[in-house]
Amino acid sequence: MTTEREKDSVTGTETTGHEWDGIRELDTPPPSWLMWIFYLSIVFAAVYVVLYPAIPLGGSYTKGVLGYSSREALDVSMAQLRKAQGQYLVQINAKSPAEILKDPQLRTFAVRGGLVAFGDNCAACHNLGGTGRHAYPSLADDVWLWGGKPADIYATLKYGIRSGHDKTRTSAMLPFGTGQKMTEPQTADVAEYVLSLTKRSKDAAAVTRGAALYGRQCASCHGKSGGGDQKQGAPALNDQIWLYGGTKAEIIAQIVRPKMGVMPAWVDRLKDETLKMLSVYVHALGGGK
Amino acid sequence: MAADHPSGAPPPVPHPSAPQHETHLAAHGIELADVQSVREQKTDPFFAKRVQVYPKRVWGTFRRLKWTALFTLLGVYYLLPWLRWDRGPNAPDQAVLVDMDHERAYFFFIEIWAQEVYYLTGVLILAAIGLFLVTSLFGRVWCGYACPQTVWTDLFMWVERRIEGDRSARIRRDKQPWSVAKFARKAAKHAVWLLIALLTGGAWILYFEDAPTLAAKFFTGDASSSLYFFVGLFTVTTYSFAGLMREQVCTFMCPWPRFQSAMLDEDTMVVTYEDWRGEPRGVHRKGSDAVVGDCVDCKQCVAVCPTGIDIRDGIQLECIGCGLCIDACNDVMAKVGSPPNLISYDTERRVAERSRGGELRYRLFRPRTLLYVLLMAVVGGIMLFSLLTRSSQGINVLHDRTKFVRLSDGSIRNGYEIKILNKARRARKFVLTVHGIDKARLSSAGAAGGPAARLVLTAKPDDVTAYQVFVQAPAAALKAADTKVTFRLVEQATGEATERQINFTGPAPAPQDGRK
Repeated sequence: MTTEREKDSVTGTETTGHEWDGIRELDTPPPSWLMWIFYLSIVFAAVYVVLYPAIPLGGSYTKGVLGYSSREALDVSMAQLRKAQGQYLVQINAKSPAEILKDPQLRTFAVRGGLVAFGDNCAACHNLGGTGRHAYPSLADDVWLWGGKPADIYATLKYGIRSGHDKTRTSAMLPFGTGQKMTEPQTADVAEYVLSLTKRSKDAAAVTRGAALYGRQCASCHGKSGGGDQKQGAPALNDQIWLYGGTKAEIIAQIVRPKMGVMPAWVDRLKDETLKMLSVYVHALGGGK
Repeated sequence: MAADHPSGAPPPVPHPSAPQHETHLAAHGIELADVQSVREQKTDPFFAKRVQVYPKRVWGTFRRLKWTALFTLLGVYYLLPWLRWDRGPNAPDQAVLVDMDHERAYFFFIEIWAQEVYYLTGVLILAAIGLFLVTSLFGRVWCGYACPQTVWTDLFMWVERRIEGDRSARIRRDKQPWSVAKFARKAAKHAVWLLIALLTGGAWILYFEDAPTLAAKFFTGDASSSLYFFVGLFTVTTYSFAGLMREQVCTFMCPWPRFQSAMLDEDTMVVTYEDWRGEPRGVHRKGSDAVVGDCVDCKQCVAVCPTGIDIRDGIQLECIGCGLCIDACNDVMAKVGSPPNLISYDTERRVAERSRGGELRYRLFRPRTLLYVLLMAVVGGIMLFSLLTRSSQGINVLHDRTKFVRLSDGSIRNGYEIKILNKARRARKFVLTVHGIDKARLSSAGAAGGPAARLVLTAKPDDVTAYQVFVQAPAAALKAADTKVTFRLVEQATGEATERQINFTGPAPAPQDGRK
């Protein structure tokens, strides 16, 4: 590349000195307005560096004279948000879940808040929307193990089920097939009887045998007609909802060596207002009583 | 198309010396303007410094038209927000209002919700075709008379003339060194410009909130910061576009001049210099037998041009079609006793015919204009039809993210969010039913009563009301995993119905493997 500036004879403009196949490139200066934008950008950058955080210095950075920080800005807007929610949270803290449900505005607020808390804490087991999965009860259907009134849901959330908390509600089903209670054919007879409660049995003799056993061993908790007992968390056996499966084999397995789920106590982990919002949200999923 | 320059025209008469020429003109009472067109002054097309245009004052028909347009348009712009229109209680009474906070736009008796913004698309299509139509008929009258750039520039030039004087005074002052008097005049001009610019921005925001309330709030500092921002933005743009940049906006920034040639044809009215009559330019002198045309080459047409061009060069993209050169030229023609309209507002075809001594009728109806009118009628018709027949209610249905829930009796339940759009200004009751599945029943979360065949829902006035609605159906009624259901919303009083189809999800049909 030459350093000698050469002028194009036709246009009078300097060339860059490049030449390709006899074609020379004109060194046309850019329009002045473009240059001005360029200079202004430099000025802008200089001002920006002075005013705002800009240059990293190892573990620190230049703070800028305005002292702006996006983390602090986030804190400020979060504080504003909490302040805006304050009036609702005060009311939610003061009221019971049942009272919150009666107030349409509070109910809407609690359902929204509960939705977020549910996604963070509950959905891992109970699934999004509380539809449940195998061994984790659905919270959206019309069946409840420990009661579906707002206060029941609130109590379950607070202290859990078989959680080990002092106030937890707990119950246990005996492993009927492992001791002297039932022989193997007897567990099959009881299972056949349980199937008959939902009209799925085809073995009338087994049902008759099972009914007697059921009356002795099971009815005290699950009820004579299999309606269950929410006071002790005994599931109903006469509906279409099966927490651990509803086939004969699955029912026998549950009689022989019952599985019993654990719900943690959330009272020490979530704020009371959150627990109340969760109670309202779960109640509003469609099965609340 | 009008040619850039008549190639067949005889070469202009050799110019007499300037003083001589001026004297000849003066004999007729005409002043020789000391002016060159922008084209003449331009030396380098890429980075020549901007050539300052000093438009001269002018009187005449087109100037009067321009004043009329200016007063009308500015009047509409500044006064429209103050116009009231009674819409009953709980509704804004401003005739034209775009309410961003509540997502409503009002135009007299029309109320548009945010989701109906496609009406704006229709208006824009109509405006575009309307612009094509007007341009193909009358040339760039939009540019010359109605464009905000032209209107505000005209206003700013008037202010400039009142403070700094007419063309020659302004040129003289600009050449003088800075003095207190010069500074005072310039400062006064810019101050008035800024005030007008501020008022422009101030009027703009009035279209977005209740004008009287906002005007009071604005001065007490209680308006929202975005409104102050827009006032600032419009102040800056008005001041720089109408005061400083002027014809540069039209020539370099606006796309319209670039494709105007697609709109113009030989039957379009344009500002045209009738070279057959004007050339060769010059002043007839007694005793001379040189043939001269009607153009006395006084350059008044260049002096008055707001974009600083010489119309005698033919149609060029800088020409905004305002016709001020016609006024200037007619003034001169009257003085020299020549017939008017040497620069005429006419079609190329008619000018060519006139040069041959004939006269043609103006063709208003041409395939192009008829097509534009037809297009406008179709678009306008569609808009009018949809506006007149649009419903005052609507329904949106959103399926819950969860697929379905099995209930204790084995039936399947789906959850939906139902949004009722009530465009009436009173609360209304709607009956919701669901169709497509036998024995499907509805219930609403938070509402009393068990599942029923129909739900009665109340919708808030002029608002969207959301309900969480459950639909449950016996498993036996479902033939497939997905069933199409239709929600039907019937207004209780009028019986007007709105429907929306959506999926109902259930379990895949049980395989017949005896697993019972």
